[in-house]
Amino acid sequence: MSATAFTLPAARSNSFARTLRIFLTEARFEFVRLLRTRAFSLAVIGFPVIFYLFFGLIMNRGEHIGGVSVAKYMLAGYAVFGMVGASLFGIGGGLASELSTGWLELKRASPMPPFAYVVAKCCSAVVFGLIIVTLLTLLGITIAHVSITPSEYARMMALTLVGTIPFACLGMVIALLVPFNAAPGVINMIYLPMSFCGGLWIPIMMLPHVLQKFALLLPTYHLSQLVLATFGYASAGSAISHWFGLLGFTLVMLGVAALAYRRLEQNS
Amino acid sequence: MSAVLDPIQATPFTTSSPAVATLSHITKRYANGVLALDDLSLTLHRGEIVALLGPNGAGKSTAVKLLMGLSAPTSGAVRIFDADPRHAATRLRTGVMLQVGKAPEMLRVREHINIFRGYYPNPVPYADLVRAAGLEGIESRMFGQLSGGQKQRALFALALAGDPDLVFLDEPTVGLDIEARRGMWAEIRSLAARGKTVLLTTHYLEEADALAHRIVVINKGRVICEGTPAEVKSLGAATTGTSTSRTLKIIRCVTEVSNSTLLSIPGVTAAELTAGVTVISSTEPERTLRELLALDQNLHSLEVQSPALEDAFLALTSN
Repeated sequence: MSATAFTLPAARSNSFARTLRIFLTEARFEFVRLLRTRAFSLAVIGFPVIFYLFFGLIMNRGEHIGGVSVAKYMLAGYAVFGMVGASLFGIGGGLASELSTGWLELKRASPMPPFAYVVAKCCSAVVFGLIIVTLLTLLGITIAHVSITPSEYARMMALTLVGTIPFACLGMVIALLVPFNAAPGVINMIYLPMSFCGGLWIPIMMLPHVLQKFALLLPTYHLSQLVLATFGYASAGSAISHWFGLLGFTLVMLGVAALAYRRLEQNS
Repeated sequence: MSAVLDPIQATPFTTSSPAVATLSHITKRYANGVLALDDLSLTLHRGEIVALLGPNGAGKSTAVKLLMGLSAPTSGAVRIFDADPRHAATRLRTGVMLQVGKAPEMLRVREHINIFRGYYPNPVPYADLVRAAGLEGIESRMFGQLSGGQKQRALFALALAGDPDLVFLDEPTVGLDIEARRGMWAEIRSLAARGKTVLLTTHYLEEADALAHRIVVINKGRVICEGTPAEVKSLGAATTGTSTSRTLKIIRCVTEVSNSTLLSIPGVTAAELTAGVTVISSTEPERTLRELLALDQNLHSLEVQSPALEDAFLALTSN
């Protein structure tokens, strides 16, 4: 061991393989950690499932909204509700705690590529999102006989993958700006109103007119409209406008996160 | 410098060993205006154990953060292995133990260790790490289930995971029982013996005394004193007197001789009567004792001590 004291690090090809392995290991253990943290995994999976069961399936009277059955329409809303919760609590909550305890600092001082940390958190949120969406789809199919084609399901999965990003950025902003103790509360204060106003719980056209206008600012609205579009529901805006809505929100959040991170670094 | 080394502190390094890490003329002012470091310079050599001592808020953690590349200096230069501390190649050769409130609690000790081993091209074999950090038998426990001392040992294992050439240990033995502390000291000594460099901050002066080849005392962002534990003790005691001799001893006795007479005895730098016992600081203890015993035939309860590091530390950092 002592003989290697002043030698240079390993060759480049080895270092690429090692970097890849670090990314995979970080992602795997971030997911394992979240799964073992029952307070997180039960709540984040349980709430959308229970909400969908009550409001989408039990309260369902077999009506249709714009050619889509209520059970299927609500599936889109609660699927988005689920993936948003997974990314806000998984990324925002995790980062806030690891920032406050100094764990992130220890990670930054290690040779781990900083990007591996972020990617691991996003990947875990995506996997939780996929689990939630799959559970809700299965519930819809078995209880309300919702018909979902494999292609609709695949597009929902793809939207989960992409849709996690804007909320991951929002989670980062909250973690960087809000003291750790307040983070879960603040996340709920943003998550729940944003879900309601974005039309995830109650179809958007049943909300007051003012809220329908306000929804245009919410990423939850745009993401749920994109999921509905995969079900053949003609939404208020075009798909392009919803993509731009999500992109705009993501860029604003990234900007705020960058500012907040710089402020934090200057004071550390 | 080597001439004054206490035999117990005999070391494998000399100051001519290559510099492993340097802080040169570092000033660090935070965005809120607080001046944390004020023209601080510090050099760490290969194979040495340096203890950074100072009261809370002295700038210890800021210095460590700068060395780890977690924070940038307002002015001055930080070099680790003659490179930028933020470079990936530099980080591969350093290991860090910070005061972490908690590591992710729902991962097992074994998992934490292997995640960190995975960051390095040539990690220490898993079994060796577990043995060095004394983690046998608790490897399958979740981090959150560990006691305070076990957590410290697990974090120690993470710092050593990559077989680093330079190790930063921030308060490494907090919460450890005596046996575990001795065990960690032995590990730290064996690191230095293998040519590794260790920088530790500690509140236990006894730890700095037992472990460090060199102690650097900082206060208000400046180095106020630097040397072997023996040197720092003498310097600290001498700040109240006039001499900076390195042979300073504290003499305690019960005597009739007056203070003014005592101060006229060669070598005496201070004399004080407390609770019937006279405490004398002397830079020439043998000569002082000879005179003192001749002056007072009834002198009794004689004790001669080396000044404690704690006294030195308090003397140096007061004001």
